Amino acid sequence: MTSETVMAANTAMATDLMPALIFMVGGMLVPFFKGRAKSVYMLIIPVVGFLNLIHIPMGDYHQLVFGGFNLVLLHVDRLSLLFGYIFHIIAFITVIYILGFKNDVEYVAGFFYAGAALGAIFAGDLFTFFVFWEALTLGSVMLIWSRKTPKAQAAGFRYLLVHAFGGLVLLAGIVFHYSHTGSLEMSLMTLSGLGSWLMFFGIGINCAWPILHPWLTDAYPEATIGGTVFLSAFTTKTAVYALARLYPGTDLLIWIGVGMAAFPIFYAVIENDLRRVLAYSLINQVGFMVVGIGIGTELAVNGACAHAFNDILFKGLLFMTMGAVMHRTGKINATDLGGLYKSMPWTCLFCIVGAASISAFPLFSGFVSKSMVMSAVAHMSHDQGQGALVFVWLVLLFAAAGVFHHAGIKIPFFAFFGHDAGHRVKEAPLNMLIAMGIAAFLCVFIGTFPKYLYSVLPFQVDYEPYSISHVLAQTELLFFSALAFCLLLLSGIYPAEQRAVNLDADWVYRIGGKKVYNILAGILNPLNTGCEKVVRAVASASAFIFKDAPARIMLFVSVNIWLVFGIRGRYLELKKLRLYNDAMEGTMPIGLGAATAVGFVILMYILT
Amino acid sequence: MEEKKHLFDDPKNVKRLLAVFFACVLGLLVVDGVYLYLAKHHVIHHHASYAWENFWGFYSFYGFVACVILVLVSKYVLRPLVKRQEDYYDK
Repeated sequence: MTSETVMAANTAMATDLMPALIFMVGGMLVPFFKGRAKSVYMLIIPVVGFLNLIHIPMGDYHQLVFGGFNLVLLHVDRLSLLFGYIFHIIAFITVIYILGFKNDVEYVAGFFYAGAALGAIFAGDLFTFFVFWEALTLGSVMLIWSRKTPKAQAAGFRYLLVHAFGGLVLLAGIVFHYSHTGSLEMSLMTLSGLGSWLMFFGIGINCAWPILHPWLTDAYPEATIGGTVFLSAFTTKTAVYALARLYPGTDLLIWIGVGMAAFPIFYAVIENDLRRVLAYSLINQVGFMVVGIGIGTELAVNGACAHAFNDILFKGLLFMTMGAVMHRTGKINATDLGGLYKSMPWTCLFCIVGAASISAFPLFSGFVSKSMVMSAVAHMSHDQGQGALVFVWLVLLFAAAGVFHHAGIKIPFFAFFGHDAGHRVKEAPLNMLIAMGIAAFLCVFIGTFPKYLYSVLPFQVDYEPYSISHVLAQTELLFFSALAFCLLLLSGIYPAEQRAVNLDADWVYRIGGKKVYNILAGILNPLNTGCEKVVRAVASASAFIFKDAPARIMLFVSVNIWLVFGIRGRYLELKKLRLYNDAMEGTMPIGLGAATAVGFVILMYILT
Repeated sequence: MEEKKHLFDDPKNVKRLLAVFFACVLGLLVVDGVYLYLAKHHVIHHHASYAWENFWGFYSFYGFVACVILVLVSKYVLRPLVKRQEDYYDK
């Protein structure tokens, strides 16, 4: 079919149903189905969603005026479509993967979460974007909590707090931006003015920028087996989309991205929990995308988007294989695993495909997208005044070698080979194998025939990844990384996996927060107690005084008068007692009250 | 019941795999040399963004050194700095 006929067919069956609604509403109905019908129904949702998606012509739909704001609930262009495609694909694959878990909370949360991501990428204005951005947090935190362990609950709370904060920062940015420009349009921003900086920062939290990142490595490994696969796909990639939409060509992003690509690989080498290793390598991969967006040329943004597309597939695949291992063995630490190629050969094979893809081996998907970002950096580094980009290129090359080292070799080696931990388990369940198989197939297919992916990228592509020099360079890089691993392992220098916690920036709020609390408690609590004592002393003293002050004043005056009149002894005591009681109970003889009143009036008369 | 012998239970197979791998590594260096030689004499086009890409085995060297540095820094710098007991946060 030519593109004209496709377009004609599309307009004939055009729809403008929001993709987010299909997932969110469809997901809510999942608990009403039972048994096999439930599985079929869950598989139908992403399929219907995809059919709907490919029949939405590009443009703006559902434009509302809401209290003076112009809202566009659905905006479809090449950039949002690309993310829309991959979000549907990974949702379909993940649904197959989780069919066996029989956990309605996870199902509903998963669909809600995927729907929120779709809503955010198809949002045509900042307000709609923000609403779905918050929904994203809700869905994801439910996926973490549905693991139901105390650790997952605590990590979920921390995750929620960080993202609630990030959401508020984004909202504040949008409000400032709106009051400054009067526009809610989702369009190119420059970093000028508080509004755009706050939005930039708010998106950065979801994008897991360095120091803002630990919510990811903290919470993802604590989620359910299927939940982590969902999580790896949506939150960070929605942030990548937002950066590509709003901030392409922002120089600062290059340096942020370099930091993201470089630092996590060191952590990944010493981390024991293999899902946490993948979480660190997720940040590393997003780093490549952020650099691409920062470069901002057509090639670079294409590279960033293509890499996001591929990363969703191969990172999802790797998380699925580790999830399958965890499902069968109940273990996920490298120290407890090894030798599983014997009992889970298919999972092992799929894991190797995922590892080869993330490492960007020729013929695997990472190769055709990571190289676009690298080439874009190299191109731009020859421009006047862009010499610093040579350094960026060298660090990215270092990170590319490093990712092979920790994700490409470490994950398969420690789980499936290495020291045999003695697990004799069954191969992963069939639905998991099918899900992993589809993802693995797509990784190889995209790597081998990149033109299909290139045809849906935001800009026209004029790029050929398979040149001899490029293939040779990448193969050399990877083989010699592997050689280094081999030699270090054989010589015993390679750090043994150890059961340990590795501190990261979340220390600031997990322990630092506690310390600040203790310090403040140490200062403020005694201060509080002291103040309370003073106030209480003053209050009780004055209460004591004022309780019967009028009676005592009256007694003082009366006794002196009585003494003048010569009243003494028992009679005086009796009179004092009677007067005191009368004053306290307010039962004065009328004469006395009248005398006081008259005295008061006379006093007033004299004084005025 | 005796367990089935698996591929890498036999140390000979591990050795074979390593031998094949080392052969590949050497082979790559040879191919790289030939390629650069042909490119230098304009038999085939070599696209290089930077001068150092024309050095023999640049990527091999870089990949190897990068990974050695990565592992050494992680082991001797990062781990002593950040490693704590497994129940560090639960205390």
